[in-house]
Amino acid sequence: MSYQKSNISSNNFEQCIKCTICTVYCPVTAVNPEYPGPKQAGPDGERYRLKKPLFYDEALKYCLNCKRCEVACPSNVKIGDIIQLARIKHSKLRPGLRERILANTDFMGTLASTFAPVVNTTVKLKPVKKLMDWTLKIDSHRTFPKYASQRFTTWFKRHAEKSQAALPNQVTYFHGCYANYNYPQLGKDLVKILNAVGYGVQLMEKERCCGVAKISNNLIKQATRDAKRNLEEIRHSVAQQREVIATSTTCTFTIRDEYHHILGLENGDVREQVNLATRFLYRLVDEGKIKLAFRDDFRMKAAYHTPCHMEKLGWSIYSTSLMRMIPGLELLMLDSLCCGIAGTYGFKRENYKYSQAIGAPLFKQIADFGVDVVACDCETCKWQIEMSTGVKVENPISILAQALDVERTKALNNIK
Amino acid sequence: MLQTKMNHYDVIVIGGGATGAGTARDCAMRGLKTLLVERKDFTAGATGRNHGLLHSGARYAVTDQESASECISENMILRRIARHCVEETGGLFITLPEDDLSYQAKFVESCQAAGINAEVLDPKEAIRMEPSVNPDIIGAVRVPDGAVDPFRLTTANVVDARLHGADIITYNEVVGFVKNQNRLEGVNLRHIRTGAESTYYADVIINACGIWGAHVAELAGVKINMFPAKGALLIFGHRVNSVVINRCRKPADADILVPGDTISLIGTTSSRIPYDEIDKNEVTPEEVDVLLREGSRLAPVLANTRILRAYSGVRPLVAADNDPSGRSISRGIVCLDHAERDGLEGFITITGGKLMTYRLMAEWATDLACKKLGRTAHCLTAKTPLPGSEQTESPKRKHIIELSTEQKAAEGRHGTMSRYISSHNANDDALVCECEQVSVGEINYAIENLHVHNLINLRRRTRMGMGTCQGELCACRAAGLLGKANGCAERTLSDLSSFLNERWKGMYPIAWGETLAEIQFTSWLYNGVCGINQMVTPNKD
Repeated sequence: MSYQKSNISSNNFEQCIKCTICTVYCPVTAVNPEYPGPKQAGPDGERYRLKKPLFYDEALKYCLNCKRCEVACPSNVKIGDIIQLARIKHSKLRPGLRERILANTDFMGTLASTFAPVVNTTVKLKPVKKLMDWTLKIDSHRTFPKYASQRFTTWFKRHAEKSQAALPNQVTYFHGCYANYNYPQLGKDLVKILNAVGYGVQLMEKERCCGVAKISNNLIKQATRDAKRNLEEIRHSVAQQREVIATSTTCTFTIRDEYHHILGLENGDVREQVNLATRFLYRLVDEGKIKLAFRDDFRMKAAYHTPCHMEKLGWSIYSTSLMRMIPGLELLMLDSLCCGIAGTYGFKRENYKYSQAIGAPLFKQIADFGVDVVACDCETCKWQIEMSTGVKVENPISILAQALDVERTKALNNIK
Repeated sequence: MLQTKMNHYDVIVIGGGATGAGTARDCAMRGLKTLLVERKDFTAGATGRNHGLLHSGARYAVTDQESASECISENMILRRIARHCVEETGGLFITLPEDDLSYQAKFVESCQAAGINAEVLDPKEAIRMEPSVNPDIIGAVRVPDGAVDPFRLTTANVVDARLHGADIITYNEVVGFVKNQNRLEGVNLRHIRTGAESTYYADVIINACGIWGAHVAELAGVKINMFPAKGALLIFGHRVNSVVINRCRKPADADILVPGDTISLIGTTSSRIPYDEIDKNEVTPEEVDVLLREGSRLAPVLANTRILRAYSGVRPLVAADNDPSGRSISRGIVCLDHAERDGLEGFITITGGKLMTYRLMAEWATDLACKKLGRTAHCLTAKTPLPGSEQTESPKRKHIIELSTEQKAAEGRHGTMSRYISSHNANDDALVCECEQVSVGEINYAIENLHVHNLINLRRRTRMGMGTCQGELCACRAAGLLGKANGCAERTLSDLSSFLNERWKGMYPIAWGETLAEIQFTSWLYNGVCGINQMVTPNKD
């Protein structure tokens, strides 16, 4: 009989057997009683929303979209996606000025980096913070990420672009908003490593923000426009045999999964060619295609924090294994817990206290470990952890770049 | 027991289905001193075991004009008096390539003759209106079908009967009648669990027992020729369709798909069963096959949709009195005055009919009872809203947006009566049933106000345990609240055990895929973790 061989439902919501493990792993449920939890907000709520859309509960706005529920689910229910899609479809809350400012990371980045010294000084001022709190409801406790006065793309054009083509292999770097506007050093570190192992770096002609902040702030039209543009660029790159790599877990995750699941765009043809830099490098080392050599004098004690989207990708093993190749690095593992910021979520005044409550156990563990540095592949976790613990946070790529013996590495890989 | 003022009624209504509850309400509203007795729980028979379809009557238009006209007029009445039990979904009668399209013209013509607004739609328009419908359809007609919740409907009738002074006795079986020459004067009852016997007297006794009516009539010494016809149905995990889908052909197996509350229902089959099997309610693998095969023709997605459970009910088909062979069977209302028919005074049987026509059946039976009692009060049930369905002054729409999810769900279940449900504190707002959004406040309201003796009653009053997990998470929570209310832990434990077994009964015929995983998980929780099988043996009921 061809009936009932398999049960199918959108995002597998009917595959839920109500075990409630998702709710146990939800970082929000533990600290915010207003939030119904992933099971209620997801598969349970979906049945009611199918009955009548008026059953949509605006408390779904408290979801961080961390996807830890999906990682926990033994039945492969796309709980996070169900919640995101319900928000997009049913929420009556329209994105305001604050949402537009926070979500348009590339537009704001272009603006801010142009006047970086002024912007950086201004947003640090207490009265300005208070003013933003009053007018925009951006919490005054937050420390804004600094903007760089020279963007990564500008640096790249001036100092690196010309020498790339000469290298035997090529790869496309999706730098994302953070490396471009806030922390160009991360991009420079990646170029340094890749060049040393014989990989030339190309940038996209017109890279757009991956769109994650627009998706979570319900600016779907804009996110879709950016995503389409990025997919065009990715296809162009793949057609020229260049894999696309990123240093941000969230950018990687968004392009690979959210473009299809949330925005409904077809990306299956290029999904496997979009990769995280540490995974890309680890695989090359593992396959014996490249070799890395490290400085003898490098010493560091670091703890690795698994960002939520890294947990969802399931790739923290690549970042940590790569770092463990560094002889002078003592690496500890932090429990995989959400830091609480979830991109733009923690900046909003109404979320601040929950954001800090979610992160509290992680902050305590970091303090207990007494490390020099926290290693982490996500930029917003970096802001949150640095602000809340005072411990410096570095991307594994930056740590790798600091420890790398460039000359010996080049020699090992026969690069002049 | 001696006849006293206390135990003497104008009318005793036997049977706690929609018809019995509706008759008790009608009698009480007309000022008769009324007693309603039920062997088990309200809606335990055919009332709680059907489609929950608010028939437009279109299904009967071609074969039975009278039933069709009754349906459409009751349909319009229920929309007014039972707003909180009814959902105005609309319905489609679809023609598939294997069906005869010429039937459609005859169908539409018959509908119009019966006063049913049937409108022929372009198949494309029908697919737009109901995207789950089989895309191969070659014809579609729109009719004013809807969904009606039989549990809510019956409960509201019971509540209103009581508000008008009626007394209610459940879990008492009629074991005999007090007969004085050619007149019935009372009923002998026996509590089905304790065995305690009692007698109540009345001038008129109304038999509203559906298929069990044949047995009750026999106890009174009269014979009604009834043919039990079993119908099986399947419940799907969520709403597949938002519009009722029927097949535009002569009524056959599994040709109605109804969206009911959070789920969808496909049914029914129809098979004659022996009278001694009317309490079995089993669903066979063949019936499941037919339901899935035919159901998937209506909405192909059913082939891959999770099924929650299977159940069956028994229609009370009554043979015409002059036809002992049973060939001439009516699906219409049968109201028997046994004084006229059998020379037995003080006894009326109201049977046949459908859930749709319960109110009209009650009206007929009450009219006859009034005539016998020499009372002249008129029937008001067609105009008076049921408790929960009164018109509210505040615009509902604006008000409902501010409610929490479980409050919205409770308002859907209890209508305006939901104002009596405690909320706004963490304890009352805590969820007992997560799948169906039933709060502690709602459970307590039901226990206090809706004749709840056990968990199965509680399920019928609130939908607790009717959702995806079929009681996995809520059964023990509800048992805790019920145990607190009745003060007997032992009884509650055996009740919990019966409840879980009853859930399993409906899951057994379709125990595969996620439903099987779910029940295994439930069994692991209750047996493995709680050790329930070592503590209790389930109730027989």
